[in-house]
Amino acid sequence: MLAAEFAAKLGAKVLTGEPRDNTEIKGIYCGDLLSWVMSHAPKSSAWVTVHTHLNIVAVASISELSCIIIPEGIKVDEATINRAIDENTIIISSELTAYEICSIAHDCGI
Amino acid sequence: MKLHYEIPANDLTYAGEASSSVKKKLVQLGIDPALVKKAAVSMYEAEINAVIHGNGGFADVEVSSDRIIVTITDKGPGIPNIELAMQEGWSTASDEVREMGFGAGMGLPNIKRYTDKLDIDTQIGEGTKVTITVEFNKRL
Repeated sequence: MLAAEFAAKLGAKVLTGEPRDNTEIKGIYCGDLLSWVMSHAPKSSAWVTVHTHLNIVAVASISELSCIIIPEGIKVDEATINRAIDENTIIISSELTAYEICSIAHDCGI
Repeated sequence: MKLHYEIPANDLTYAGEASSSVKKKLVQLGIDPALVKKAAVSMYEAEINAVIHGNGGFADVEVSSDRIIVTITDKGPGIPNIELAMQEGWSTASDEVREMGFGAGMGLPNIKRYTDKLDIDTQIGEGTKVTITVEFNKRL
């Protein structure tokens, strides 16, 4: 499923604007320890994290994750959004919890 | 191809910029994405270590036809016990750094996992030089 389509399923907002390419989500990975995420998250996963600082963009990019999903309406720093736009990394903001996001992903066949 | 980057001290704002830049260059060179990831993850971990623990320093990257060698040289206090530092979960990071998701004690273990060769040259009171080699004829 495309990241933009999944955002719509979540009723979530894509903070980084319309995705420039057809970025596909092939799995979901939840985690807040950055090194753990880098060493364990499968490529093309959507990454659910409560972190909103600049470094999440580098972690997502280096780990080849399809997008970052910030749960529970946590406010994302403007600088992080701008960095993500520059790096062509998608950030989605959802009001749902990580569990609810994963449940919807499962229902969507992700 | 040779690249050189300065690594700022104690400023996580721009930490990872060198690794991200190198990743883009390796992609542009058409290097296998699996090998690019090995090099980028290893370099990112070493770069973050230099920022958090090493008072900054510099990164040198050399890409040849059969391998990439990344050298991260920091100006930190050195590593008193490398065996301990290589243990997953062991960390001296501050609470502030941990709250950002770093400092899980996985940096050096991750580097070892993702590289074909890891050399650590550390001098107490002078600094640490971490040399990472990723061979292009090997995969994870």
